[in-house]
Amino acid sequence: MRSVCAASAGGSTDVTLEVQIEKQLAEFTLDVAFRATETPLSVLGASGAGKSMLLRCIAGLERPDRGRITLNDRILFDTAQRVGIAARERRIGMLFQHYALFPHRTVAQNIAFGLHELPRDEQAARTAALVSRTHLAGLEQRYPRELSGGEQQRAALARALAIQPEALLLDEPLSALDTHLRGQVEAQLQETFASFRRPALLVTHNMEEAYRLGERLLVLARGRIAAFGPKEEIFRRPPSSEVARLTGCKNISRARANSDGTVEALDWACRLRLAQMPATPPTFIGIRAHHIDFLETAGEAAGEQNIFPCWIVRTSETPFRITLFLSLDPARAAAGEPHLQAEVFKEKWERFRDRPQPWRARLAPESLFAMPE
Amino acid sequence: MDWSPLLISLATSLVATAVTLVAGLAAAAWRQNRAGAGAALVDGIFILPLVLPPTVVGFLLLLLFGRNGPLGKLLLQFGASVVFSWPATVIAATVVSFPLMYITARAALEQVDPHLLQAARTLGASEARIFREVALPLAWPGVLAGTILSFARALGEFGATLMLAGNIPGRTETIPIAIYFAVEADEIQRAMAWCAVDVGISIVLLGGLYYWTHAQRLRRERWGQH
Repeated sequence: MRSVCAASAGGSTDVTLEVQIEKQLAEFTLDVAFRATETPLSVLGASGAGKSMLLRCIAGLERPDRGRITLNDRILFDTAQRVGIAARERRIGMLFQHYALFPHRTVAQNIAFGLHELPRDEQAARTAALVSRTHLAGLEQRYPRELSGGEQQRAALARALAIQPEALLLDEPLSALDTHLRGQVEAQLQETFASFRRPALLVTHNMEEAYRLGERLLVLARGRIAAFGPKEEIFRRPPSSEVARLTGCKNISRARANSDGTVEALDWACRLRLAQMPATPPTFIGIRAHHIDFLETAGEAAGEQNIFPCWIVRTSETPFRITLFLSLDPARAAAGEPHLQAEVFKEKWERFRDRPQPWRARLAPESLFAMPE
Repeated sequence: MDWSPLLISLATSLVATAVTLVAGLAAAAWRQNRAGAGAALVDGIFILPLVLPPTVVGFLLLLLFGRNGPLGKLLLQFGASVVFSWPATVIAATVVSFPLMYITARAALEQVDPHLLQAARTLGASEARIFREVALPLAWPGVLAGTILSFARALGEFGATLMLAGNIPGRTETIPIAIYFAVEADEIQRAMAWCAVDVGISIVLLGGLYYWTHAQRLRRERWGQH
């Protein structure tokens, strides 16, 4: 009964995964310290930022050079105390990027793999419960090959949950799926997280997935934590230009504070007023593409700040929205060099498209964010 | 006609293949998670019998198991001597067929997706269970092909067997040795008969391998591996 212990299935008061590790990788050092509780944590980073390595270190599949990993009251790894619990003793469920289902075992046999030490009837009962929980009824006797991508993912999730893990690690859980399946699988994951109530880490390079599935967000860049906190906070006020980029901000300019309280956006050649001047002088300033507004009438401008004439350099369409590449001065517009990207719904574009240029763009002070680095 | 060479050949090859299967798998599993100069050296030693002339292998075995060899001396203390006895045919066949088993088993095990082994680890399985229930079933077609190759190689062994086991009719005379001495003694009929037996066995083996891999391919298509 080592790997599956029914007694700990109930809600424990102290569910914490604490990670503080260093590991030298080929191009940089993975060096992170954070704590995850029962709210799901999204780990966002570009590919090769060390995200998967972080998960593998926590799962015990890789050995950090230094540091300490504790899960609830168990020390899983500690270089100071020379502790290194093997992966099979950690009771951490891991969902692999391509699911890693055993191809020679049926769905039911895959799910029951971690239940090996239980009596047969209990194995069957647990497997049946997981099958129904992950909506796999009727597919128990199929081989992984005979399942759709979404079904494979659910089977892998059921298999990881079967050992009643104390933490769950998901490595790019949606990247191998077709777009139309993602919504469905996301719903399943949200359902799982809601009932799991133990540390769950989800690694992704997709900022929208990171936002939808996690409560808290950890942004990883070249092995280091670039941001960590509530997701809304990080998306609204990215602490650095790197985090702004990773969270999908298209407009970032070098900046310099003026003595009159305005900020000079050096790459956009304009002077901006912020809602609130930050304590540390900004070196970058940013605004999200969908926050750039276009004024409908001349009268609307009265008393407003940060309004600039703009010329459309080119456009790029997506099914429902359109991206406009803007220039704030006509010479650069003529040269085909945009300053900013704005994103508007097609309806608005249809109303605007034939109006004479320049239009008037508004970079609302409350939408601008200044960044110290 | 005296059928003893057939029985001796089959018994020798079966025992040698069984030993080779276990030893080859163990060696391949041991080698799997190792790298570096030491492992490469061991690799070289394991594969050596494949590239050395069988007479050289036989001669080295003779030095090892002979009256003054280290293993020969050890065995002599228990009152045993393997040189020019039936076990010598098994030893010779095992040593020359081992590299084929080792190479194919290693290649088959290396082909197993490492993520599957890692997944098994996170699910609480011991390394022995992972080998038995994940790695081996997925590597099995390759391992079986290696087994058949090893059996065929053991069956055809001549040089090392002659050096170590000699030609004692009814005890160490295998089919290849019987053929050689039949030709030597100008008994062409007898040589031809044994050749026909050897060709027959080989055809049965290859046919069996073909049918088996075909059935296996159908099954693996269901698993989604090709």
